[in-house]
Formats: sequence, structure tokens, C-alpha cells
Amino acid sequence: MSKTIAVESLEKIEQSDSLGVVETRYFTFAKASDELTLESGERLGPLTLAYETYGKLNAQKTNAVLILHALSGDAHAAGYHEGDEKPGWWDEMIGHGKAFDTDTYFVICSNVLGGCKGSTGSSSINPVTNKPYGLDFPAITIKDMVNAQRHLIDHLGIEKLLCVVGGSMGGMQALQWAASYPERVRSVIPIATTLKHSPQQIAFNEVGRQAIMADPDWKGGNYYGGTFPAKGLAVARMIGHITYMSDISMSEKFGRRFNNGKIHSRFGAEFEVEGYLHYHGDNFVRRFDANSYLYITKALDYFDLSNGKTLYEVFQEIKAKFLIIAFKSDWLYPTYQSKEILKICKLVGIEATYCEINSTYGHDAFLLEIEEETHLVKHFLKKVFNGYAVVENYGI
Amino acid sequence: MGYDIKLEYRIILDWIKKDSSVLDLGCHEGELLSLMVREKNAGAHGIEIDEQAIYKCVELGLSVSHQDIDNGLSEYGDRTFDYVILNQSLQQVKKPGVVLKESLRVGKEVVIGFPNFAHYRARFQIFFMGKTPITPSLPYEWYETPNLHFLSICDFRDYCQRQDIRIKRTAYIGNTGIAGIFPNLLAQTGLFLISK
Repeated sequence: MSKTIAVESLEKIEQSDSLGVVETRYFTFAKASDELTLESGERLGPLTLAYETYGKLNAQKTNAVLILHALSGDAHAAGYHEGDEKPGWWDEMIGHGKAFDTDTYFVICSNVLGGCKGSTGSSSINPVTNKPYGLDFPAITIKDMVNAQRHLIDHLGIEKLLCVVGGSMGGMQALQWAASYPERVRSVIPIATTLKHSPQQIAFNEVGRQAIMADPDWKGGNYYGGTFPAKGLAVARMIGHITYMSDISMSEKFGRRFNNGKIHSRFGAEFEVEGYLHYHGDNFVRRFDANSYLYITKALDYFDLSNGKTLYEVFQEIKAKFLIIAFKSDWLYPTYQSKEILKICKLVGIEATYCEINSTYGHDAFLLEIEEETHLVKHFLKKVFNGYAVVENYGI
Repeated sequence: MGYDIKLEYRIILDWIKKDSSVLDLGCHEGELLSLMVREKNAGAHGIEIDEQAIYKCVELGLSVSHQDIDNGLSEYGDRTFDYVILNQSLQQVKKPGVVLKESLRVGKEVVIGFPNFAHYRARFQIFFMGKTPITPSLPYEWYETPNLHFLSICDFRDYCQRQDIRIKRTAYIGNTGIAGIFPNLLAQTGLFLISK
């Protein structure tokens, strides 16, 4: 069975511009007595970050692009894992001839601190107790995630990143990178993101967290080795999915259609949209840890780039160029939040380009509007990489 | 008879000093903006409302914002730019008075270019045919024009006088090049360099 899938996926790989089979690697640091100090003041170590790289680092080490993933993403951004049918989560953007062209750029993606896809998180073994951390895991922030990534970038021998880029939570990390390490970032591409989480965004996350914690199997986070709080995490994911789509995209995708024409079933998944939510909820619990969901959504909610200073002070330090991308129908991270990024860039005189893509996909658009994003990213990156001497085709 | 868009750009480029900072309001596909970057080494930024035009600008390596200039320039401090350009866009904004005032605040100087509604061909069409004029600089039917306001060179001069705006330079482009005499009659486009 698995062999057939492997053969099929291999064929698929050969037909495309894909990176082919890629592997996740692991970097461990912050070992005993050298633990990472978190924003909360707590210390955490040793830490492992799962990461993947695509393309080659050039001799001058000037072509590194750091891709930052969203809430449920991981280090596997592109290419195929051995035997997998599906490629990485941003495969359409990374590879030969794509937006992040691996013929030119060295692309890095790592799973965030607090995650559950190979990086240290609440489901990792606590070296003190030899059991999973559970809620003994300290609170983490976007700034902590970025601090951990900085160690990875040091380890890879890269002084300055050509670009930090990500959508949603990835965009927050990109902004944090520019704020925390202004001298190490040449350009920033924040997509469908914000300078700080709004009360509405916090509210949606809190409902998700409450769903998990209301699951009797959650047991205060000590469910490892027992029954997984699948129901709670699935509901949290369903709420998420509603906020990632738009009214239009749901109407277009499902309408009011029924599954197999079954109705009056006493609350089964009758409507197609219900089936969709159930499917994604059930799928998610197989690949994501419930405690990680709590920790990461909390990190999102804590996010406020100004962090006690004024935004003006934060951005004054930044030397990077910005490409800010937002989507018209995104109501989870509305365009006004991206415009605020643009506004502060303009206020301090940072070179910034802003585009509001007319998409109906809602927040999901950052994973779907590939053609537009490719166009913007490709040309923007080319200009940053080659300096100002690009622009051969003025057309006049 | 065609209208020489390149002449319009040439004149504006001549007015712009090298190495200056420029904000182009309504930069369309970035033709003028990229000329200013290339030929005048300008630190230039454009604002444009049309999404497809934004893609063209990014392709040219330009820095642009996908925004509505009617929504204001409040994020820019006073005299942030050496020049603000309003070429063929003033007549398309909802509130030209406000946009002009803001442009004169954030720019040390402002370049204005607009189609002259009092050009003799426009007058002829209104007077003898009783129809909304269609000329090379006003090429649209009434039902599809992006222009919201129609003004003449005289209108603009009067406005500047009333608002205490200094007109520093002018250029008038007619059917066959520069219109040296009777600009309000012979010019299809009026270009002005103004400041407060």
C-alpha cells in the first residue's frame, strides 16, 4: 500500500518543478547552564529546532531567505518527504523558477519554538522529569520564537538574511525579526498580518482554547500516554477554519448543499460545510498537539510589536525594505492592520511597497493566491538582492 | 492628431532636480516614476489605486502603495518630499482641494498636470454639437470617464491666486507640441510647478 503511494508520488515529483525529496534536520542548542532566557524571565533548554533548507547558500552568504510558518505550519515548507503524496505547505512558492527561486536563493524554514513538529514544545520530554512537559512548559512569545531562530541562523553561519517572510503568525515573526535584529535583515515581507493582536483575534483564540480545556480528556494538559483530547482540539480547529475563509468563499465552495442528500439525521454532518469542518477538525488532531495549540495561540495573543516602546522607536531602528501584502476579503487579519504597518514605515521613512490583493478567499488567501504573490515577491526580492541596478525593462 | 505623452514626461523630468525625493500620487503603471528613478536618481514612491497597475510598478522595481489618495497623506510629515507629483490624477480624485492642500503640505513643490477642458476642440464640440467633448487629452465617453472634475487652465490659475499658491513654472502642451500662445484655448494639457 505505502509502496504504491511512494511510486505514484515519485512520478509526480519527476513531472514537476518540485524540489523532490527533502529531509527535516534538527539543531539542538541552549544546553545545560546555557539555557535560553524567555521573555517571561523563565529559562528553557536544551532546545531543538526542526528545520529544512532548499537551494544553496552562496559564498558571500547573501542569498538566505527565512520562511516563517503560521499557527499550524511546520518546517516542511517545500518538496516531498519520502513516501508522502503531498508536498510542503508553501511548495508552490519555493523551488526552481518559483517566487523563492532555489536556483538563486537559499531558503530556510524552521518549526517554531513551542511547536509539535520536531521543535521543542509542550509535548517534548522535560529533561528534569523525563516526561512530556505538558503545562510545565513555560509561556512563549513570538519574540522567543524569533530568538530561537536566531540561534539557528547563527549556526548556519549567516550574518544577514536577505529576506524574512511569512503569512499570519509567520508575518508577525518576520516583523519581530526586523525589530529584534534590525542589522541582520535586508527585507521583510509581512503577509496578511498585524503589528498587534486585536481583541477580536484574541477572542477567537480564547474560544479555541476553551474548547480544548473543556475536553475531559485534556486533564490539565497531562494527557500524554492516555486519551488525546481530540474533540476539543477538533472544535478549536473548526473555529479556526471558519475565520480563515470568507462568506463568499464558503458560499462558492459549499453553497447550501447537503452531504449525500441526507437530512433530518438528528445532527449528523448534513450540510457540506459541516462535513468540511469535521473533516479538517479530525485531520488536525492527527497531526497537532492540543497543548501546543494553547501555547502558540497564546503567543499570538501576546504579540504587540511595540512592546512597551512606541512603534516609532521600534521602526526607527529598522533598515530593511518592506513588501506588505494583504487580502481584501481577509476579515481575521483585516487590511487596516497591514495598512498600519505601511503607515509606520512611511512615518519613519522606510521604503515600503503595499499591495491589497483582490481575493475572495479570506485569510486562507496567503496560501492560495500564488500567482499574485509570486509576481510581487519575485520582483521585489530581485531588487533587494541585486540592489537598485535592476529594472532593465522600463518600457519607455 | 495624437498627443505627445513623452513630451509631458520630458517637461516634468526637466523640472525635477537630481537626487530629490518624489511622491507620485496616482502613478499608474509607473512610467514617469521609473524615469525619475533612472534619469534623476530620485528616491521615489508612488501611490496608485489600481491593483493591476501596482503589479506593473513592482515589476519595474518601484516602491508603491496600493491606496486611495483621497484617503489622505496624513502619515507624511510637512515637507517630507522635494516634489509631489499629481500628473493626470487631480481631476480624478473626489476632493481635489483637499488633495492639493495636503500635497502642498508634504511636498516642498508640487507638479500638477491636467487635461484642459477649455481647449478649442472641447469648446467646439460643446458649442456646435452640444455634446460632452472627446479630445486626445479627454478621450473618454461621459459614461466611462475616470475624470470626476473638469477644469481649465484659467480655472487653475484663478484657484492658485485665491489660495495664495505660487505658480513657479508652467508648460502648455497643444496638438503639435508646446502651445506658446493662448494656452487656455490651444493647450490640451496644462503643467504647473507650484508651491505654498
